[in-house]
Amino acid sequence: MSDMLTPVLTDNWGDERSWTIEAYEAQGGYRALSKALAMSQDDVIAAVKDSGLRGRGGAGFPTGMKWGFIPQDNPNPKYLVVNADESEPGTCKDIPLMMASPHTLIEGVIISAYAIRANHAFIYVRGEVLHVIRRLQHAVKEAYLAGHLGKNIHGSGHDLELVVHAGAGAYICGEETALLDSLEGRRGQPRLRPPFPAVAGLYASPTVINNVESIASVPSIIEHGPDWFSSMGTERSKGYGIFSLSGHVTNPGQFEAPLGITLRELIDLAGGMRNGHKLKFWTPGGSSTGILTDEHLDVPLDFEAVAEAGSMLGTRALQIFDETTCVVRATLRWTEFYKHESCGKCTPCREGTWWLVQSLAKLEKGEGTEADLDVVLDQCDNILGRSFCALADGAVGPITSSIQYFRDEYIAHLTHGGCPHDPAASTLFAPAGASA
Amino acid sequence: MSTPGSTPRTGEVVATDQVTLTIDGITTSAPKGTLVIRAAEEIGIQIPRFCDHPLLKPVGACRQCLVEVAMPGPNGELRTMQGPPGRMKPQPSCTLVATEGMEVKTQLTSEGADKAQQGQMEFLLINHPLDCPVCDKGGECPLQNQAMSNGRGESRFSAQGMVKRTFPKPINISPQILLDRERCIVCQRCTRFADEIAGDSFIALVERGARQQIGIGPDAPFLSYFAGNTIQICPVGALTSEDYRFRSRPFDLVSTPSIAEHDACGAAIRVDHRRGKVMRRLAGDDPEVNEEWITDKDRFGFSYTRSDERLTYPQVRDEETGELRPASWPEAFVVAARGLAAAGASGVLTGGRVTAEDAYAYSKFARVALGTNDIDFRARQHTGEEASFLAAHVAMTAPYTGGVTYSDLEQAGVVVLAGFEPEDEAGTIFLRLRKAVMQHGTRVVAVAPYTTRGLRKLNGRLVATAPGEEGDALSALAGDSEAGLDASSVIMVGERLATTPGALAAVIDLAATTGARLAWVPRRAGDRGALDAGCLPNLLPGGRPVADAGARVDVAAAWGVAQLPETPGRDGNAIVAALMSGKLGGVVVGGVDPDDTPDPAAFRAALAAASFVVALEQRETDVTRAADVVFPVAPVTDKPGTFVTWDGRARQFEAVMTNPASLPDLRTLSGIAQEMGRPLGWRTTDEVRAELLQLGAWDGARAPFDAGKAPKVAKAPKRGALRLVTWKQLVDDGTLQSGDVHYRATARPAVVRLSQTDFDALGSFTTEAADGRPVAMVTVTGDRGSVTLPAEVADLPVGTVWVPARSFGRGVLADLASPGSSVVVKGEK
Repeated sequence: MSDMLTPVLTDNWGDERSWTIEAYEAQGGYRALSKALAMSQDDVIAAVKDSGLRGRGGAGFPTGMKWGFIPQDNPNPKYLVVNADESEPGTCKDIPLMMASPHTLIEGVIISAYAIRANHAFIYVRGEVLHVIRRLQHAVKEAYLAGHLGKNIHGSGHDLELVVHAGAGAYICGEETALLDSLEGRRGQPRLRPPFPAVAGLYASPTVINNVESIASVPSIIEHGPDWFSSMGTERSKGYGIFSLSGHVTNPGQFEAPLGITLRELIDLAGGMRNGHKLKFWTPGGSSTGILTDEHLDVPLDFEAVAEAGSMLGTRALQIFDETTCVVRATLRWTEFYKHESCGKCTPCREGTWWLVQSLAKLEKGEGTEADLDVVLDQCDNILGRSFCALADGAVGPITSSIQYFRDEYIAHLTHGGCPHDPAASTLFAPAGASA
Repeated sequence: MSTPGSTPRTGEVVATDQVTLTIDGITTSAPKGTLVIRAAEEIGIQIPRFCDHPLLKPVGACRQCLVEVAMPGPNGELRTMQGPPGRMKPQPSCTLVATEGMEVKTQLTSEGADKAQQGQMEFLLINHPLDCPVCDKGGECPLQNQAMSNGRGESRFSAQGMVKRTFPKPINISPQILLDRERCIVCQRCTRFADEIAGDSFIALVERGARQQIGIGPDAPFLSYFAGNTIQICPVGALTSEDYRFRSRPFDLVSTPSIAEHDACGAAIRVDHRRGKVMRRLAGDDPEVNEEWITDKDRFGFSYTRSDERLTYPQVRDEETGELRPASWPEAFVVAARGLAAAGASGVLTGGRVTAEDAYAYSKFARVALGTNDIDFRARQHTGEEASFLAAHVAMTAPYTGGVTYSDLEQAGVVVLAGFEPEDEAGTIFLRLRKAVMQHGTRVVAVAPYTTRGLRKLNGRLVATAPGEEGDALSALAGDSEAGLDASSVIMVGERLATTPGALAAVIDLAATTGARLAWVPRRAGDRGALDAGCLPNLLPGGRPVADAGARVDVAAAWGVAQLPETPGRDGNAIVAALMSGKLGGVVVGGVDPDDTPDPAAFRAALAAASFVVALEQRETDVTRAADVVFPVAPVTDKPGTFVTWDGRARQFEAVMTNPASLPDLRTLSGIAQEMGRPLGWRTTDEVRAELLQLGAWDGARAPFDAGKAPKVAKAPKRGALRLVTWKQLVDDGTLQSGDVHYRATARPAVVRLSQTDFDALGSFTTEAADGRPVAMVTVTGDRGSVTLPAEVADLPVGTVWVPARSFGRGVLADLASPGSSVVVKGEK
């Protein structure tokens, strides 16, 4: 069973004081850095391109191709920015990674910055996770002392300053251009594109923005080679990734496996559904990805297959809900999150989420008619693809998908005059065997 | 764009690449870079929008202008833009650049685009209050109008019993501007205007989601000279002015286009009035002049015409009581005519506020009725050097004679400001200069005492000068490679430069050696018109030199008089001196505030000494109180007229209202001249305009520039004394701003500015203001009085002190000292 796991990023998480540079180096850390510095910068980019690594932040854009977009003839400095603003409901992979093994990320940053010829890199960390920020800051200090950062790294002639920057608690700052505005000290709201960050990003200079897990995967690709990486995964979704299982499974947690693993396999790895219950619905990659049901247990979790199933692989944050859970209630909670986090820049997101929350709240209370359900779907139709950035697309994903799969349950609320579920039954402290 | 020499001049045809696209089945072409929403406008297709504004950068926030777009794919076939795949993804036409072969379907031909637009409109309205019946914007509201044209009649949100977001109403974001947050659709037009156009980033978005709103800093209200523009461009009724809020409905107003009377910029305005009362003024749209922006002074400064002190009937001095008493117009004409005849030699002083037609009337009145060249429009510090400069280099220059224009500023590589602070003295020029700097890379160099807020917003370079040093500083610019003046450069000379002897001569030399072009910018709306009308001792109308016999014959023939006085007359200073010495007996004063004159006390004394004073005024002043005959003349709202801008454009306007109780100056002067037996030949503005047209400009040689006597070497200030430098801030105590309480409250506080060295020399004296902040009060004492104001340190040259000219008491000239003279500054414990 556990032979399905491919622990690379998570391999050292169980080590004694795994976050220290000594522990990291003891298990081979920073070897990839030496190897990369001996390579030409274009060869590093080529290796990442050849590996087939796709962005682990959700969108799945090929990382090497992104690096290749940086115009090297641009006279401005180049910047590398790591998006560590992990705030999506359900998503919980980057924060444990930075907590358990910050040096994996830092080594990736150094190699990546070397490849794109950036002398300044930033890790933009979600502001609420102060413990992670402190751990990262300490690790960066260790890396400077070890000579991995600073001027003329290990005699390579390459300089790199790395800044750990704390966000101020806004989900929108995970959107890459809003992140850049926030990093520049402005109000974090998405920017108009074009120009794209690769051309005019941070301080109007060429900028690469990558997710923590993407950058953290770089050292292993350099160390073991792109073929090793691409031997894992599926045809167009190469490599391994961290799958975060949460919710109604026996042993929730992080499972690092090749892309293409199925939920059925992952639930088995997590010890099955919690005792006596069965799967009702789940998110493949955080709350922004439309929900799936038990009919999708065997969908390979890679970018293509999940898209084909009508959702998105996203951040592989698998929130598992069993039959005790009211889907209307869950959807309302998610929608409340998006209403709270909508930055307010564009109309459909700002106003649409305000209305949707009220609509769903009424439906949950069993008020209204089935026609209101169609109004909700029409609101979603007027939001999806009409907003400035993808935040609002994420907001309507759970709503439309939950109505698609559980329309009867919505109607049951209306006929029942309220929620037919016992909310306590879905809690993790509910007595075994409790049911709706 | 800013490469000197390579920039295209106005009027030059520049080949642009065009792209061809289809909008709603209509094939059209547009220059590369055109936004789809603009290309659609060009062919008469209106796409609804809120955040879009043609003079602001695209933002794509409101999502109202969504349209269906197809682009040619690699195989040339059109592919509709989709997202997620299989679903048409409408694009915001306000951010989308038109490209070759693009096919756009607006709400007119695409169901999807129409549905998307209706959807956005519905969202915009869910949190918008339905208070249109009491909202100032109701009736002229883009949201109201477009909700009717592109929205649904019934609200599903309300029908479902949903709850709108509310905010306490309203909040002040400045003393003048109010914000009703629940009406705001956060299109960011106001914040973008403040950032991009005015450069006053005092408003910004705060909070997020549906609670996102426009906010100000805790101690930083939206104090901007241009703040009122945000009210006008607000597409809903979220921004209102204290001045106009709840005063009237747009459909009750009559709108008359006009020209702003507060500076020499000639900004187009729209005057909205109701039942004989001006309710508000808005910016007009004139791309060549003010684009769509005006200063707050032009917008809010109009209630002076309703002042209680407004004169409504003529008055004559009663021979028995010696008091002024009401008189009929005919009686007043007769008394004025007799009095002037009896007074012997008389002069004419006009302020810079009269229209070009009225200025012409004064000019002709002086020559024909009084037989004198003793006339001067410069109710401020002035010199003979300046009069010569104006005659030789400024009179009758205009865009069609090759004069510098607003758009030339955008093309200029470098603009030198000399004796000129555009933000305070000519706000419309300031905005155009800022556009030049921000969009076209123009560099600004200011020969000025310190880096003003305006200069900072222009990213300008300061050539710090003490009063008296401007000439040398300007001469040095010729060889200054950092400034890099060349033929694409413009030197803007303010009227204040005249106070430094030799500075105008230096400007002329600088222009000649570098090839840079010259522009003179007076402060008042009527100054340029008065110059062209010959309200100067050395000039006849149309730029004709008095000293030129041919020019005199030209004018005499046109006027049908035998001859005109031959010798150049007295200027303002000399007229005052001559009245004191008795060489002049009478004086006609039109629109002069004694406190604007170089020596207010001397001016008042001259009025007292004059044997006969005729005053033409709108309201009671020290001049009317000293006059023997007082005529209530019409303000700009009550008469047609023309203001000639700094760049020589004749900006005609018509009367906004008819008010039989106030006649234009020209009608009054015509009446007096008639009674004197020397008729001027016209009685109406139209007749004057016809005569001006017929007279035309002088086609002979300009008077040569004569710098006059070699400039005196300025006396070094006495030990411990500082040299005074001053100008008027945009919002100050000027008479045309009286009565506008909320507007006046937006004035920058009156402070004394001095160098760090001079400040430190005052010793320790900082005290606490009422709000607990430290404030340093200083007393400045000159030969005419003293003033105590807070002090601020600025990058002034050591030995120099700046004080605002008209922001306390009766102003610097009356209550402190003459600019350039020595004053003593002391710290107040």
